[in-house]
Amino acid sequence: MSARSTAAAVRAGERSARSVVEEHLAVIDSHEGEIHAFNLVLADEALTRADDLDRRIADGEDPGPLAGVPVALKDNLCTRGIDTTCGSRILEGWRPPYDATVVERLAGAGAVVIGKTNLDEFAMGSSTENSAFGPTRNPLDTSRVPGGSSGGSAAAVAAGFAPLALGSDTGGSIRQPAALCGTVGVKPTYGRVSRYGLVAFGSSLDQIGPFANSVEDAALLLEVIGGHDPRDSTSIPEASPDLLGGLEQGVEGLRIGLISELMGGPDQAASVEGIADDVRARVEQAAEALAAAGATVEHASVPSTIYGLSAYYLIAPAEASSNLARFDGVRFGLRVDADTAAEMNTATRTAGFGDEVKRRIMLGTYALSAGYYDAYYGKSQKVRTLIQQDFARAYESFDLLLSPTAPTTAFPLGDKTGDPMLMYLNDVCTIPSNLAGHPSMSVPFGSGDDGLPVGVQVLAPALAEATMFRAAAVLEEAAP
Amino acid sequence: MSEQPLIPGWEVVIGLEVHAELATVTKMFSSAPNQFGGEPNTNVDPVSLGLPGSLPVLNEKAVELAIRVGLALDCRIQRSVFARKNYFYPDMPKDFQISQYDLPINGVGSLELPDGRRIGIERAHLEEDTGKSTHVGGGGRIHEAGHSLIDYNRSGVPLIEIVSAPDMRGAEDARAYVSELRAILVAIGASDGKMEEGSMRVDCNVSVRREGTTELGTRCEVKNINSLRSMGRAIEYEARRQVDLIESGETVEQQTRHWNEDDGCTHKLRSKEEAYDYRYFPEPDLVPVEPSDEWIAEIRATLPMLPRDRRRRLADVAAVEPSDTALTVERGMDDLAVDTIAAGADAARVLVHVENNLADGAGELTAASFAALVAMETGGDLTATQAKTVLADLVASGGDPTAHAATHGFEAMDTSDLEDLVDRLIAEHPDDWAGFVGGDDRERRKKSGFFVGLVMRATQGQADGRIVNELLARRATEQGG
Repeated sequence: MSARSTAAAVRAGERSARSVVEEHLAVIDSHEGEIHAFNLVLADEALTRADDLDRRIADGEDPGPLAGVPVALKDNLCTRGIDTTCGSRILEGWRPPYDATVVERLAGAGAVVIGKTNLDEFAMGSSTENSAFGPTRNPLDTSRVPGGSSGGSAAAVAAGFAPLALGSDTGGSIRQPAALCGTVGVKPTYGRVSRYGLVAFGSSLDQIGPFANSVEDAALLLEVIGGHDPRDSTSIPEASPDLLGGLEQGVEGLRIGLISELMGGPDQAASVEGIADDVRARVEQAAEALAAAGATVEHASVPSTIYGLSAYYLIAPAEASSNLARFDGVRFGLRVDADTAAEMNTATRTAGFGDEVKRRIMLGTYALSAGYYDAYYGKSQKVRTLIQQDFARAYESFDLLLSPTAPTTAFPLGDKTGDPMLMYLNDVCTIPSNLAGHPSMSVPFGSGDDGLPVGVQVLAPALAEATMFRAAAVLEEAAP
Repeated sequence: MSEQPLIPGWEVVIGLEVHAELATVTKMFSSAPNQFGGEPNTNVDPVSLGLPGSLPVLNEKAVELAIRVGLALDCRIQRSVFARKNYFYPDMPKDFQISQYDLPINGVGSLELPDGRRIGIERAHLEEDTGKSTHVGGGGRIHEAGHSLIDYNRSGVPLIEIVSAPDMRGAEDARAYVSELRAILVAIGASDGKMEEGSMRVDCNVSVRREGTTELGTRCEVKNINSLRSMGRAIEYEARRQVDLIESGETVEQQTRHWNEDDGCTHKLRSKEEAYDYRYFPEPDLVPVEPSDEWIAEIRATLPMLPRDRRRRLADVAAVEPSDTALTVERGMDDLAVDTIAAGADAARVLVHVENNLADGAGELTAASFAALVAMETGGDLTATQAKTVLADLVASGGDPTAHAATHGFEAMDTSDLEDLVDRLIAEHPDDWAGFVGGDDRERRKKSGFFVGLVMRATQGQADGRIVNELLARRATEQGG
């Protein structure tokens, strides 16, 4: 049952919120042991909340468009009085004194928070193997990773633990796990969803977005969480977009470009490497489906996207090195005592951060250092500008762009943990949208040679989520 | 008013960085109260504690006050960008400070001292304050302390950092600059300028060079200056230290130094090599500040008259030099003085009264009553001493100076009464009188003071000292002295 129809049934009094929550808790009970999607299941809180909603509905109130719908939250979203770990020992046991804006909006829409989902530590990773609390497994094949960093949220939705989940996407952390778990995952326009209460990784890139089992449910959730928030200075001063209203409009007359540089393959000289043949084939098939639905589909060139990965791995770590400085043992989270304040900082950070986080803090610190700033951070900002210009040029000819979401289907646990570069390459197709600040989303479209899902990425210019969702709905309908 | 050289043969070069807390209701990036004092860690919220997930939102009032400062210092108001200044310190909650780096809100400007000289302003930018550490044990230094307590009430308080050009040449210059800057900040409502509460803090960049040379010497930055007095001491100490180094064949190393009020010395905090690499980069959580021309014009329209213009106005009215009006303007009594002079009072007497007799404020005194009082004084109806007494009454309770004078029985004394009194006193003090008549100039002045004092005591200050002196002189002449 979709989130939308569940909410409709609860609002109409046809189903109790309690029964919805109990049903999902039962699924969690049976399968969470093998999946480990959650760092924390909020069973009691969810049931209490459901009862409260049921009482309000009995009193004639309408709790809102997500009435009684369980939602799983990535564990880097602040929840008042509830552990928020970011998958890190350094924040273990920390309970924020406030809710993230998206959490408030979920509450205002009648949703039920059912748990906090696992993630790569501080959202740094592409497999959810970097969590301090152990990896999450892909519900479709538990020997495989769910992708990351929002792997717990993707797995929760794919496993039926919750019809909806929120993740955060800095370089592909919603779209890539959505692709690997066969769910819909959306990274909205930068500024569309408030970042207030999202523990920052790369502030200029981070964006919160939905996971769902359908394009429609993803649209519903984005409508709820989107819209201006005065507590986030980078929040776009516009109301949340109407997405559901236009979902059925189709793609007739839209111009859609297949990004050559992100397709790989023998005839694509200036392309990124590592795009698997079976993935490419599905994306081409998706392009044909869109053409069959009336869109004009052509190859598009966004040349500088091939430098996106390199630029990203300077900008995001640079921002992270600063964002993560506050985990110093002074005010919250872990403290490892030592003789002096500086030694205490070092001991705390040495014990509290995992290897990948330390690697990125070092990378970022180096990139911002005196004498290296221009060569690294400065230059990567220029690449970012180039990518934005290239997209702007492409969008003169196209309404939407298309590419693979991830280079491959879900890979086995441990497969890439020994080689950071190999792991980073997972995000080669998703990073350009973050650098540009544009929306994009992953839609499941058939499977690869191994029978595991393939995700197609639909990219749109800033604030064009509604058009993006129209194409996503067509792909969902046409998916093999 | 060019400064006397502190150390003969050497010129001291000073540039100042002044941090002033802006007088906003809430903090720079959140709605926590901006308030001095209060129980530790009560004026805080997720943003001022740097909690994970919190985001800064710029306080528009802080920007407005910064623009007021910029306009008052004739700075170029420009598009500005916030940057993160990264370094670890326990009382800095995010372990970075949001400041402005290459694009400050206020570009170059200048400040005019009371004597008319201009000190260059390089920039005046916005930044947030840190929390406050108290190191317990180990003499209050972080390295020796047993433990430290941190109060985050100050964390996130908006600051403007005003950076001067190295245009000052000694402690007096520096004092004049800081006083004037403080007066401007208070006048425009940007800050309360209280050095003792730390709402205004001064770091001094000091270097020395041989007189007649133009190349700047290596500078040291002196921190922890808590008053104008310690600033002067710190500059003088630091300049001598540098001169001593050079004269003994050593070189000055670029350092950050800590002024110690107790031993009166500066101590090395860190050398240039140990200086932090702040890894500045644009703050991604904030957008650039681009004040519109309309907004700047609106702010300009609400600026009060600045101290320099008030000094000029009063100087014009009183026909004196602007520097002679500095104290009156500093006391905020220039309006009163201008109005009193306009009502016909003698300008010199008005300024004398303001400077000598109105240190504690003008109270109920009005320009009209002030002018009437000065007229009585200059017309010979009141002596200077009596005028001072009546002035105090006017300050305390207002009213009419004639009535107050009558209450005290201040009426111009009959000269014959005064003559009798003088003759009697001369008879009673023959030795002193002999000293007056036969002594040298110095002795004569001394004895004149003696007799005037006796007369004043006998008349409860009602006598006019000028007339007593005339009488003494006449009697001396009559005796052939």
